[in-house]
Amino acid sequence: MSDKGLPATFENPGLPPHVHRAADDDPRAAKRAERQVAGLFTLSILGTLGFIVSYFAVSNSTEVFVPFIGKTNLLNILLGVCLAVALLGIGFGAVHWAKTLMSDEEVVEERHTIGSSDEARAKAAGILAAGAEEAQLKRRPILKATGATALGLFALPLGVQLAGSMGNPTKALEESKQTIWDVPKGGKPIRLVRDVERTPIKASDVSIGAVFHVLPETIKDSHHVLEDKAKAAVLLMRLHPSAFATDDLGTKAKSWGYEGIVAYSKICTHVGCPVGLYEQQTHHLLCPCHQSTFDVTRDCNVIFGPAKRPLPQLKITIDDEGYLVAPQGFVEPVGPSYWERKK
Amino acid sequence: MNALAARRRHPAAIAVLLVLGLALVGAAYSIFAPKPAQAAVASASADKVAEGRQLFLANCASCHGLSAEGTKSGPTLIGVGAASVDFQVGTGRMPLSAPNVQAPRGERVMYNEEQIAAMAAYVASLAPGPAIPDEKVSSGEGGDAALGGELFRVNCAMCHNVSGAGGALTRGKYAPPVQGVEGKYIVEAMLTGPQSMPVFDDKNINEEGKASIVKYLKTFENQPNVGGMNLGNLGPVSEGLFIWIFGLVLMIGVAFWLGQKAA
Repeated sequence: MSDKGLPATFENPGLPPHVHRAADDDPRAAKRAERQVAGLFTLSILGTLGFIVSYFAVSNSTEVFVPFIGKTNLLNILLGVCLAVALLGIGFGAVHWAKTLMSDEEVVEERHTIGSSDEARAKAAGILAAGAEEAQLKRRPILKATGATALGLFALPLGVQLAGSMGNPTKALEESKQTIWDVPKGGKPIRLVRDVERTPIKASDVSIGAVFHVLPETIKDSHHVLEDKAKAAVLLMRLHPSAFATDDLGTKAKSWGYEGIVAYSKICTHVGCPVGLYEQQTHHLLCPCHQSTFDVTRDCNVIFGPAKRPLPQLKITIDDEGYLVAPQGFVEPVGPSYWERKK
Repeated sequence: MNALAARRRHPAAIAVLLVLGLALVGAAYSIFAPKPAQAAVASASADKVAEGRQLFLANCASCHGLSAEGTKSGPTLIGVGAASVDFQVGTGRMPLSAPNVQAPRGERVMYNEEQIAAMAAYVASLAPGPAIPDEKVSSGEGGDAALGGELFRVNCAMCHNVSGAGGALTRGKYAPPVQGVEGKYIVEAMLTGPQSMPVFDDKNINEEGKASIVKYLKTFENQPNVGGMNLGNLGPVSEGLFIWIFGLVLMIGVAFWLGQKAA
């Protein structure tokens, strides 16, 4: 004891005195707890039986009106509720049982070391050494060498398959820069078609303020429609020619279009979501995933959000019949960044 | 009062106060929020255009100009067509109750059908523009719900949500829900491109396509919620919020119950 009345060392205060629960002392309370637990278990039994009965008795096309949900499927509701009652009945019953009736006397269990005894360890090491001796590993090293090599080499077929399935990285990178808008040397310009109907679009079809979701005509020859569409999706808008900004960006955007009709890749330069939310009054294009906002009057420059680069513009003009065509593909890769990308 | 004072430190007191405060603010807003002024409406006359012009001068000209040429406060109505008037006035968006980033759908339509038709006739007489669509298109009858679904997902779903629940745009603007909206107004919105919405005229999506979109939306509205509560069909945001609030609170409650000493 120090002079201030505090102990010099911390002393184990021991456990607080055990407090009895109502059910420990009062047989009536114990009986009540027993009934409650049995009731919860019975509820679970009823839930399970209800699940099986509704599974067979209720048609999976029956509709029912439930408040707060509206018109919904009766079978789904019954199965869900019965399953919840069945599982919660067991869970709540078990916890209530443990908390009211099972012994809650505090028990002290001393910790003990985890490792085995020294004799047991020596014996195990002896068994391994004897095994190696009996297999003649030391006397016949050639078996040891070839066996280990065979086992090690077996990993190769798996690795070769894995590497092979990833393809040629240089070629893959090159392909990622191509879309089906690319026109082969000396080839004809590609017509723009509507996304769903696949019909070509005349410049006169596009009113000011209109927006078209566009694919290249070549999509009809594609063998991988979804993959090609994922890179070639284009948004076509018509602005009043005076709406474009008068700086370099606005002038470039206008000159790559036709009479105020401009076409931009729909694939966001951030992580590749389709940028389709065009506001015809502000001329802002919004990406729904992370709110990157592009200004169409200034060559789809980023004005808000995580995207780092403008959307690539597709140069368009019209052919002899007045249909919109793209004389060349995108001049830069569409979609999100990757490490080799310079711009 | 004593009972109230005794319970002021109750754990639920803060929650109760919060709910009370929110309800009070909401009630105060609904009382003080700006409401459209009751404008005098001219009596019906034989000449629709003349009647429409009277209504226009009395109710619209202060923003749209005496000859609908537009002012600083409102765009020109020359060439917007009858469909535009029918949409904007018929859905209660016009007359605008208060200047804001966009005109919300009105709870109350300020004019009856005859008056709207008269104003539409007057605006249509100024210059050619989209007419009120045919019943054949706006009813969705004869449309193909599957084609409509494809068209809706490509052309509309990015703003209005794949189930038509609407969604957010930039700087406080939003695409309104299209569930439960009359087919006529859906088609008129496509034809005229109101506010932020681009124009989807018949040269972009033809009449068959428009009827199919209406049919798709009506089919979707009549489908039961097979998965239970749809939480507004808004996707991961509302679903995540629901599980964070209800699921997590339930789990924390159970954890407390499990950890409590029995005696």
